[in-house]
Order: sequence, then structure tokens, then C-alpha cells
Amino acid sequence: MTDTNATTSGGAATQAAPNAGIVHGLYTEGEPLHDTKAPAGPIQDKWSTRKFESGLVNPANRRKLSVIIVGTGLAGGAAAATLGEAGYQVKSFCYQDSPRRAHSIAAQGGINAAKNYKEDGDSTFRLFYDTVKGGDYRSRETNVYRLAEVSTNIIDQCVAQGVPFAREYGGLLDNRSFGGVQVSRTFYARGQTGQQLLIGAYQALERQVAAGTVEMFSRHEMLEVIVADGKARGIIARDLVTGEVETHLADAVVLASGGYGNVFYLSTNAMGSNVTATWRAHRKGAYFANPCYTQIHPTCIPVSGDHQSKLTLMSESLRNDGRIWVPKKAEDCEKDPREIPEEDRDYYLERIYPSFGNLVPRDIASRQAKNVCDEGRGVGPKVGDFRRGVYLDFTDALKRMSAEAVAEKYGNLLDMYQRITGENPYEVPMRIYPAVHYTMGGLWVDYDLQSTIPGLFVAGEANFSDHGANRLGASALMQGLADGYFVLPHTIRDYLAKGPFEKLPDSHPDVVEAKASVDARVQKLLSINGDRSVDSFHKELGNIMWEYCGMERSEEGLLKAIDLIRGLRDEFWRNVKVLGAADTLNQSLEKAGRVADFLELGELMCIDALHRRESCGGHFRAESQTEDGEALRHDDEFAYVAAWEFGGDGSPAVLHKEDLVYEAIEMKQRSYK
Amino acid sequence: MNLTLKIWRQASANARGEMVTYKVSDISPDMSFLEMLDVLNEQLNARGEEPIAFDSDCREGICGMCGLMISGKAHGPEVTTTCQLHMRSFSDGDEITVEPWRADAFPVIKDLVVDRGAFDRIIAAGGFISANTGAAPEAHSVPVPKPKADRAFMAAACIGCGACVAACPNASGMLFMGAKITHLGELPQGQPERDARVVSMVEQHDAEGFGGCTNIGECSAACPKEIPMDVINQLNRDLRHALTRHGD
Repeated sequence: MTDTNATTSGGAATQAAPNAGIVHGLYTEGEPLHDTKAPAGPIQDKWSTRKFESGLVNPANRRKLSVIIVGTGLAGGAAAATLGEAGYQVKSFCYQDSPRRAHSIAAQGGINAAKNYKEDGDSTFRLFYDTVKGGDYRSRETNVYRLAEVSTNIIDQCVAQGVPFAREYGGLLDNRSFGGVQVSRTFYARGQTGQQLLIGAYQALERQVAAGTVEMFSRHEMLEVIVADGKARGIIARDLVTGEVETHLADAVVLASGGYGNVFYLSTNAMGSNVTATWRAHRKGAYFANPCYTQIHPTCIPVSGDHQSKLTLMSESLRNDGRIWVPKKAEDCEKDPREIPEEDRDYYLERIYPSFGNLVPRDIASRQAKNVCDEGRGVGPKVGDFRRGVYLDFTDALKRMSAEAVAEKYGNLLDMYQRITGENPYEVPMRIYPAVHYTMGGLWVDYDLQSTIPGLFVAGEANFSDHGANRLGASALMQGLADGYFVLPHTIRDYLAKGPFEKLPDSHPDVVEAKASVDARVQKLLSINGDRSVDSFHKELGNIMWEYCGMERSEEGLLKAIDLIRGLRDEFWRNVKVLGAADTLNQSLEKAGRVADFLELGELMCIDALHRRESCGGHFRAESQTEDGEALRHDDEFAYVAAWEFGGDGSPAVLHKEDLVYEAIEMKQRSYK
Repeated sequence: MNLTLKIWRQASANARGEMVTYKVSDISPDMSFLEMLDVLNEQLNARGEEPIAFDSDCREGICGMCGLMISGKAHGPEVTTTCQLHMRSFSDGDEITVEPWRADAFPVIKDLVVDRGAFDRIIAAGGFISANTGAAPEAHSVPVPKPKADRAFMAAACIGCGACVAACPNASGMLFMGAKITHLGELPQGQPERDARVVSMVEQHDAEGFGGCTNIGECSAACPKEIPMDVINQLNRDLRHALTRHGD
């Protein structure tokens, strides 16, 4: 480790002056917020203490208690299976045609766990430390420690389910390295780790469907949460085949609906990934934390044209053996890369960060790729004024390891690259560029993963808690499964132990209101009949977000973005064109509802980015950087979680701050040099 | 490039469907097949015609949500998913037919969208290892020989897209099922339920209306993950063993 003890209180010279006008114009500040659930005591004892103190529910009573789970990815699928096994009545929802298709399936590289099978100095504490440091000291310490603590159970669980992890010849599990760490703790199944873990959770879920404990609602989209008498008591969902708007009631609701990267239109998310479930909950009282923390992944296939509907990630694991470079001289950028001699290549990550090299965290690798392209040294076709691409070169690895060994480790990724670009990566260096990949922000939750609405729990990427301002590779799978298998089943039990709650009739005014609001919104979207397609609004929003709230943000740009988004949202509700009917499969209508929510979320992301006048992790403010262009945090002012309360349509959001307290580790300025 | 598309339109499960002809122009060879359909849908929307419904989600070849019969071939002319098929595989002036998966067990919902719930029900019938959360032994307590782990992984690569069924003249789901039987059957963890698994899954498969296997091999040829035919051999072998033992 090469951490410096540099002070993090920040130079006044680089810090923008507080702007009272912004605060009063765009948001107000409310009471501070605290997590009240993590017990006192040493960090390594907190989770056992919490589990012990958590209320119990007699097995005979569990079947009287019901839980709705929205989303069937690693977090939602694992939670549904586990709560079903425990004997609760579970209703599980996904918008896809099968729970097996949730976007966790696309995660490629691996899953971290502090097994220390390589005996290379790993431990629960080191995984915890690496994750907090990787998140640039903007995550909640207690939650992250627990994540590291249960990581080893996940591997045991998945192996027992038959997940075919990569193994060595002796029959034991293999590991590899990922960015931001110096140990090998990543378990993997070639480049399809997410798929294999999700299929494991899906099979466990289907087993419970057969057992009758889980009722599955696929092709259903949650469009509203029902909050009655101050508690989350159900959801309104649309059956995407028949169009029927249905009411589903329960004793507790879990949102495991994933991240909101599609607010950028182009991202590595699935086409259907959306913010609707969490945004609707936000509007009903759940605070949204750190919405501006987005992860731009460094190794994606560059954009090829205006028709592009999504971007494809190339696993970060490729940085284990591939080397990233651009030409030293701008005039070489059009040359065949194989003809550029070694001395004319700039392996810029190895040059700037000699100890971590190509394995620096994602936020750093992305920003440096942007920097070299901004300098005019990017490669590939021009997008606007610049070439937006850098080389990821396997030539050395192919010499060192043989083509067969490279194919064994990375074959499916290299094939995918060839499929998409038409170029052979075994012969020509790949071209990559950063793309939106993951959102660290999400609904605010306490140590129990409960939101500010009692009875509403949030798991996986949909919550904010574990990754701070930047997520390390192979940690999303870990968090999803930790939340779903090992955390939520204990914490939700404590809540359910107070139930069953009074039975809610469909005629309860809060239920009626929730359903009526969904019906009205569907009718409104179908009745506007304007001139512009939903996709055209979505693309325009994406361009605004990428330009002003992407890899580099500034006060001027963010203020402009807020104006543009407000104008676009206004136009959307006047001029969107959604054809077809409400009572049938209508994909335009589905997209319209999602884009409408992205148009509200985008503004909050910009407000959050604007108010955080520091750089941290994936949030890089042009006004707050060190002399050599690294992110500069301001711990004196911004060591808090920004949890936003919905202020009402047309009214400013309310900011609640949760101070981040580090007792087990010391806050430092990150260094990977 | 300019193309002529003949696309299956069907308003709902019970409506009569028909092939409708559309022209698209200025299609870039770098577009994916689904992006080409996105372009067509934007044009239809602009002129007030309802866009064509088709399934897709990850668009990177792993979720298994997309799947179209393209000029008579499941997922089109390349060995990949529909979302990973690019227009460079076609030529200017081509006429392309686009249909949904055709199988009794996969009823059409609308246009190119079908219901593949039967696959979920086959998995629910036994395509799992019963291991309750928290009850797992230490991961290294059972070593798995690498060849077995690799073969399990190969079979586990199935994405459940249904191309095997669509390509099969009998609309059989045996490749899909064989892949799961092989994945779990190769692993020590999968042994306790091996007999019961294959019997239950085959019963469910037949009840869903899938046909039997007559060893034609179209399934494996159409499989975007190149699952080989020998998983069906393993399925048959396991079924024979299970039934023999059950009969004892």
C-alpha cells in the first residue's frame, strides 16, 4: 500500500465558494439523518450482535407473513429464494419474461470474497479496507464491514448450488485479480460469472416456486408503492401482457430493482433497466442517496454511430493481461497500431501509476482515458472533434501465454468483441472507451437495509450503501448476493416479527389512490399524441447527462443541464407520441413511463452533483482537483451521505446529511501511485 | 444498405397474424439486427403505425431474452444471438423474413414476442440442487476435477433463449433440458437428486407440449452458445439409469 497521509481538508484555491443562491433556488436543507440500527461495539462484532438482537418469527407463523420482492437479479432472486425457504409467503416480480434474465446475468468478471485461498495476505479486514478506500471514503463503514464478513459464505453457498466456478487441476477454486487491489480474491466462471451466479439464484428461486412459497409474476412492472398508515404495504404493478393494473398487498416490500445507468440512454445496462421502482418509492417518501455517484467503466467497446442502442462492456479482468496504451504522438493515431514501434507508445496507466498500473480503480482508468483522448491522442473513428478510443493490447499476453491459454481465460470476451466490431483481437489491439456502467447511488437505507419508509427494504444496486463514490470490480455480485442471501433475511425478520400487520382492504384510501394514480398516468401518456418518439426524448436526455453530468462535472455545466432537463421534461409531457392501447402488450408505453421517471431523476442527479463541490471517486468536479489532475476530496465539508427527500412536484428537494464516521479505519487521500 | 423485410405481425395471442412487408434504407453494416428494427420502429411510430413488438434486454448475448427466426434460421445466419447479429452479415438489396419462435409450447403473445414460461416450469420441476441458504459446507471441502468442472460450465452456458426448440422440426426441448442435466450431473453436489431430477424434468417437458428428440441436430447447430448434442445423450443415459433404478 502506498497511501499518503496527505491532508484532505483541501486547498481553498481550488474550492468553489459556497453559493447561497444555488441552495435556495434548487434545494433546501433539512434535519441530519442517522443510522440507528448498527449496534455499538467493535466493528467485527456488530453483525453478530444485530443478528442476535433481531426478533424471531416462529416457523408456523412465517406462512402468515407476506413479502413482495421487486426484481429477480442477484439481490432480489437470492432474497426471494431465501425468504421462501424460511417459509414466508413471497411474491416475486420482474419485467422480463423470466426471472433468469435480470441484468445481473451480464456481469462478466467475477465475485470477490475474502477466502484468502491464495495465502497472499487477504482477510475480511483487507477486503473491507479495500472497498472503503476504493469507494473514496464515501460509504458507510458498518455496512461495508458486514459485506466483507459475509463474502466467504457466498462462495460456499454458490458452490453448494452447483455454480461452476473456474477450478485448478487439483480441483480447488481458482482466483484472479481485479482493479484497485493487490491480492487475488476474485472467483470467476470464465467471463460469465454473473450468469452462473444468477442461474444459481434463479434455480433456488424456481425450487421455491415449485414448493409453493414463492409466487412468480414475470412480465410485470411495478409502477407504484403502496404506503398506508406510514408503512409500505404493497405495490401497484402492470401486467405487461394484458395491460391490467394490479394491486398486490403484503406485510413488507423489498426493492431489488437495480441501478439507473440508463438515464444516460447509452450504458452497459439492459434495454429495460430503469429507475421506476425506486423513483416511485422516492416520491412516496424514501430518500434517494448520492444520486450523482455513477460509475463510468473504462473498458467498453466504443460507440460506432447514432444508431447505437447500448454499449457493451469488456470485463475489467482483461486488464490483468491486456495493456492499455495510446500513441505518444497525435499524428500516429490513424496508423495501424501494429506498425507503431514500442518507443512511440504511451502505456499511460503504467507510467502514471507504477504500483497499480493497468489495475487502477475504474474511476481513475476512465478519467485518464478521457484525458488522453482530450489531448488528441485517442484512436479509432472520430466522434465529433475527437477520436474516442484507447488500445487494449493482448500482444504481450499472447506471446507470454499462447493463444490457447488466452482463449481459455478470456475467449468469450474476445469473441464478443470480434462479433460487435468485426475486428480480430488476437491480431489487432482492441479499442475501448469508458461507458456508464453502474450507479453507486440509490435509495438510502439503514444498517438493516430499510429505507426511510418503514417496511420498505432496498437491496443490491438499488440501494446506496456499500460502494461509496466508486465501486471496485467484482464487488457488485458480492453485494447483491450478500444482501439477498445473508443480510436481508435477518433484518426483514426483525421487522416482520412485529407483524402480521392489520389486513389492508383494497378499498383503503391509500390503496385506491395508488392505483388511480397509475391508471391516470397510463392514460395521460397515451393521450398526449404529440410528434416525438419516446426514444428521441431518451436520447436527448442521455446526451445532456453525458455531456454535463458524466466523467467531468462543473458548476456552469450542471446549471445548464438542469435548465435543459426541465425544458425537455416539459416538452415530453406535451409532445410525446405513444401509440397503441393500454390493455395490451405495449412496449412504447413501457418505455414512456421509464423515461418520464428518468427525466425527474436526471435533474436530481445534477442537483446532487452541483451541491457536492468536491471530487470523489466517480464524481469529478473540474473545480476540485490536485495539481496533477487527481480527484481532490474535501472531507471537512463533504464527508457525508447526501440523502434527498422528495419535495413535491415543482418544489425543491430537501437535503438530509448523514455524517460518515470512520472508527475502524482512517480516512486518507487515495493514492494508487 | 437498403433492405426489404417481411415481418410477422399479430395483434394478440388469439388474433390472426400475417407477414407484412417493410422497406428500410441507409442501414449501416455496424448496426445490430435489433438496432435495424429500432430504426424501422421509429419510422413506423413517426407515421402513426404501431411499432413491432419484439423481446430484447441485455443486447450483449447473455440474457437470452431476444430470439427471432430470421429467413428461416433461429437467430439468423451466424452462430450467435439475434442481438449480436450485425447487419454486416447481410447485403444491400436482401429480402429478409422475420418470424417469432414457432412451437406449441411457446405461444405467440404479440408480433414477434412468445411465451417461454414452459422453460421456467421445467427448471422448477427439478433443475436445481436443493441447498438452503446458510446450510452450505466450506467451498473447498469438495474438490471437483477440472474436466468435470469444465464440462459442467460448458453445459451451464445455456441462456434459455429457446432457439433449440424453434430450430427443431419436432419442437423438442431436449437440448435445453440436457444442458441442465449435464451441468448439475457432472458436479458432486448434483448427485443426490440426479435420478429424481431427470425424471421430473422430462415429465414436465412432455406435459408442456414439447416434442421428442429424433437426433436431427438442428438444435445444436442453432444454439448461440454451441451446446453440443452429447448433452442429450447424457439426458437419455441418466433417464434410463433413473428409471431402471426406480423400477428395482
